[in-house]
Amino acid sequence: MEATSTIAGRFGAYGGRYVPETLVAALDELEHAYAEAQADPDFHLKLDELLRDFAGRPTPLYFAARLTERLGGAKIYLKREDLLHTGAHKINNCLGQGLLALRMGKQRIIAETGAGQHGVATASVCALFGLECVVYMGEEDMLRQELNVYRMRMLGAEVRSVSSGSRTLKDAISEAMRDWVTNVRTTHYLLGSALGAHPYPTMVRDFHRVIGREARQQIIEKENRLPTAIIACVGGGSNAIGAFYEFIPDKDVQLIGVEAGGRGAQLGEHAARFSGGAPGVLQGTYSYVLQDENGQIALTHSVSAGLDYASIGPEHAALHDSGRAEYTSVTDAEALEATLLLARTEGIIPALESAHAVAECAKRAPKMSGSDLVIVSVSGRGDKDMGILARELKLSGAK
Amino acid sequence: MPIRFAEKPGLVAYFTVGDPDLATTHAIALAAIDAGADVIELGVPFSDPLADGPVIQRASERALRHGTSLRDVLNLAATLRAERPHAGLIVFTYYNPILRFGLEEFCAAAEQAGVDGVLVTDMIVEEASEYLQALHRHHLAPVFLAAPTSPDERLARIAAVSRGFIYAISRVGITGAQKSLTADAEQLVRRLRRFTQLPIAVGFGISTPEHFAAVGEFADAAVIGSALVATIEQAGPKEAPDAIARLIEGLRRGSRETAAPAR
Ligand SMILES: Cc1ncc(COP(=O)(O)O)c(C=O)c1O
Repeated sequence: MEATSTIAGRFGAYGGRYVPETLVAALDELEHAYAEAQADPDFHLKLDELLRDFAGRPTPLYFAARLTERLGGAKIYLKREDLLHTGAHKINNCLGQGLLALRMGKQRIIAETGAGQHGVATASVCALFGLECVVYMGEEDMLRQELNVYRMRMLGAEVRSVSSGSRTLKDAISEAMRDWVTNVRTTHYLLGSALGAHPYPTMVRDFHRVIGREARQQIIEKENRLPTAIIACVGGGSNAIGAFYEFIPDKDVQLIGVEAGGRGAQLGEHAARFSGGAPGVLQGTYSYVLQDENGQIALTHSVSAGLDYASIGPEHAALHDSGRAEYTSVTDAEALEATLLLARTEGIIPALESAHAVAECAKRAPKMSGSDLVIVSVSGRGDKDMGILARELKLSGAK
Repeated sequence: MPIRFAEKPGLVAYFTVGDPDLATTHAIALAAIDAGADVIELGVPFSDPLADGPVIQRASERALRHGTSLRDVLNLAATLRAERPHAGLIVFTYYNPILRFGLEEFCAAAEQAGVDGVLVTDMIVEEASEYLQALHRHHLAPVFLAAPTSPDERLARIAAVSRGFIYAISRVGITGAQKSLTADAEQLVRRLRRFTQLPIAVGFGISTPEHFAAVGEFADAAVIGSALVATIEQAGPKEAPDAIARLIEGLRRGSRETAAPAR
């Protein structure tokens, strides 16, 4: 497909706006509100203040000395998004979109969530701003990320379970879009990744650019040079695009995105869109999509709910095709092993999503030299995953 | 085979193809045409129908359980075209099945099957240049949705590129039945009229003879979707064609009785 669109929001051939007509006016409204906010110094002041005082930015760029020593190659730094309030990078985008919703006068917020981190961040921002909050979450994800269901309810959000399809992130997004189509006049859809129809992929990326902006400054302060590589996990792609973006012009910096390899290479057993998918349209955007020969969307699997999704943000599709970024995948087993590795060498339990990036680092770092620098995006912390970790790693509890 | 509405209001009938199986959809479509449907929308089942309510979601699941494909939909269209040359035939789909089939290949196959037009739920005019070119090459009418939330300048653009008819969404929301028609529908049709001579069909949530007659007061046709799909679900495959014929005859009779003299 050629990029013949007349609207913005294209990344090479990818992106665009493939939505029911009913939503177009709201997307236009959002696009205008976002452009106005971008040009308004007050908006940035408010957002920066919240990012600092509420969310806890800047996050450290931490030299992982014992992990570096253990892997015996490149020098490894961790970008500590796990230390943010609510436990993941997701809060960056939620504060930005929350302020936009206030500007647009929308009192009701809806969101989808997979791992529950975006749901918790959305619920927190809604509590902070006094907005009504409804979060859609697949039944399967509610079971495996139950702690975050409690957190959302604690924060006053209504969590609606979604029982269609694979009962995971994709189905939660469809249900949120149905709600939005119905309540579009009063509701803002606070989408949680660099996905969906224009302007979401651009806007969500912008709200996460702070990750890479900080990391770039920090690595220059500490090492007086740019890193060899940046590694981030890619579900929809928000932490990865946030970490990558400031480094895109620095051609010598390798950008490495890590998808969920799940249980194997067969369709349905993973969420590796680049190796297993083909360009297509899902949920508002043109990107790589896991699908069958009839264009039906495939089921996916990952131990990590946040990576368990059939499509990928369109900007990653463009970075993939241009070769500027490289995408690989890591299996469930490798991610679990990496979780343990980081916990035992550095005293940091990463989210299972982030553990995919750690696992890729563990594969590459030993083959690199001691003068190489690697930054790993630790997008979130693993508290939410303790149930899965206890089961998979056979940790004993009270009994 | 231009799309024509013989009697006012015209009646557009939507079915999800393959629900519950292809043979039943075939029989239902024939029954609907013979009972007075002017245009049949052949719905391509999709795994992620985000603009649809529970009734059509369930129909899609049933149709996909035995793998109904876009190719099956085109084959059914070809059969219907041969059996009922005068009926309007529209392929109604999400975009991804077409992309996977190949846009050009799809349009060529649809033209060959005798399809009159195409409606893609998640295609908007701004994204449509390539799509429109392909449809034009193959003499297929692009049918677009117009929504109560679409401002006038969008309605003008929608009207400019539409052929066959324009599908006016009766209310803000997803597909599914509703108790009463909102004022949104009439207002939207009135706004659209300023930009087009094409017939305007109103759809989403039209289920009773009263709705059907009311739509006839201000629009050219009504689209009946979820009400038919729900009837198929309740009646089961054997009874479905008769049940659909009765429902459509009922709508027609009801509107003749209640309708004001034709304008
Ligand atoms: C900690 C964490 N990292 C990563 C992701 C994946 O999302 P994205 O690819 O948008 O960063 C999630 C999503 O739930 C998450 O919770």
